[in-house]
Amino acid sequence: MIHKFRARGKNILLDVNSGGVHVIDDLTYDLLDVAEPPFAGECPPEAQERLSDQYGLEEIRECYSELRQLYEDGVLYSEDVYGEFADTAVMSPIKAMCLHIAHDCNLRCKYCFASTGDFGKGRKLMPFETGKAAIDFLLEKSVGRENLEVDFFGGEPLMNFDVVKQIVAYARSKEKEWGKHFSFTITTNGMLLDDENIAYINQEMKNVVLSIDGRREVNDRMRARVDGSGCYDKIVPNFQKLVEQRGDKEYYVRGTYTKYNLDFSQDVMHLYELGFDEISVEPVIEDPDREYALTEEDLDEIEKEYDRLVDRISQVKEQGKHINFFHFMIDLDQGPCVVKRLRGCGSGNEYVSITPDGDIYPCHQFVGHDEYRMGNLEEGTFREDIKKEFAGCHVYSKSSCRDCWAKFYCSGGCNANNYIYNGDIHKPYELSCKIQRKRLECAILLKVSEMLEEIEG
Amino acid sequence: MKHIKTVNQANLSATAKKGGCGKCQASCQSACKTSCTVGNQKCANEENK
Repeated sequence: MIHKFRARGKNILLDVNSGGVHVIDDLTYDLLDVAEPPFAGECPPEAQERLSDQYGLEEIRECYSELRQLYEDGVLYSEDVYGEFADTAVMSPIKAMCLHIAHDCNLRCKYCFASTGDFGKGRKLMPFETGKAAIDFLLEKSVGRENLEVDFFGGEPLMNFDVVKQIVAYARSKEKEWGKHFSFTITTNGMLLDDENIAYINQEMKNVVLSIDGRREVNDRMRARVDGSGCYDKIVPNFQKLVEQRGDKEYYVRGTYTKYNLDFSQDVMHLYELGFDEISVEPVIEDPDREYALTEEDLDEIEKEYDRLVDRISQVKEQGKHINFFHFMIDLDQGPCVVKRLRGCGSGNEYVSITPDGDIYPCHQFVGHDEYRMGNLEEGTFREDIKKEFAGCHVYSKSSCRDCWAKFYCSGGCNANNYIYNGDIHKPYELSCKIQRKRLECAILLKVSEMLEEIEG
Repeated sequence: MKHIKTVNQANLSATAKKGGCGKCQASCQSACKTSCTVGNQKCANEENK
């Protein structure tokens, strides 16, 4: 399988199964529409005839032989040999955990998938005992895995920050005994950041995700305080201080775009102008009936906006400055192995979420969906059948992924999105897929431009 | 080649041989939390570098 696209004056060809990327001229682009593997012998007369009004016969034949060469080298229309790995998809040790440290929030963001913090289950803070039990659970279930990840999530985790610190201390105290290394991350809305917790976060958290949507009016329209006023003026200085003191450690400012700001490239650039250069702005996940939900009719505008974002990011990079947009990150050579690519995020299999009550779910977005409650820490229950279901959820178990060129980059999409929109973790939500494919084209284009500059100097 | 410039010769099938070690980050723990992108993750296995 191949995928080709035109963008910013370049013709790009992706060989899906090998991951190889080529830049091709117009002739090759057109020839691929009329010639097929195995590219045996001479260029078929009908293909020559169809292109002869645009290109000379000699160059058509020459181009055809180049395609044949790549095909014979196994780098074009390369074989899909990954089915066997999918067939052996087995349950993995759990290595990552999302701790819902607070099912409560001091904001009332309109699009919150956590029902403004409580996940529809009442406002609660996680007691330390539950956090401790979660760490013990992770230690026990992570046989064979050294690197463990714990993300403090909410609601708003800073509303229960003492327990965060207790859990971090407890986990660290167990590292040597168990031969593990914990990496902690935290997601915060910034309302309660102060000098003390900024210092702590910058010391202990490997990554920190700072929630802000972009321009003041965009942010404040959706990210409102309990009294309805916006939070922009409060959080921006807090985030700037945190990032300024963070040094080289990882962080993201992370926003959500909705139908209200389809010009979201301006929000990305606004965040950049505020001094943030690690940015993620992502499509809202919301019931299509909501006024601000993204729908198919927005797709054209969304795609154009990603193109504009590519232009804006390119301009920054051309000035020799750094900007990283999360969804445009791609490593064409050293990315994840195909085994990882087949199964994606690992939700429900190597990644789980724990609620303040100690309930276990496949991930934070499944919380509150009782049919996917995997167990409870206090009860000592854990449904291996659900884990098995998620272990067997991969690009080959999702029929609509089989023929998609993007399957090894998105790995079948977000299982929670699939479930929430289509009622089945195996059925990808088509709008998300279309947006994902556009982002990937942008990411490949930016990377190719960078690599060509290196090659050509 | 005159018409085709190969930018990278990635071979995903080669990654299967030493793949699946599980050292890498869980994809959703990085920034997204609402959308799965695996292709932008890094391999964390030093032996594969």
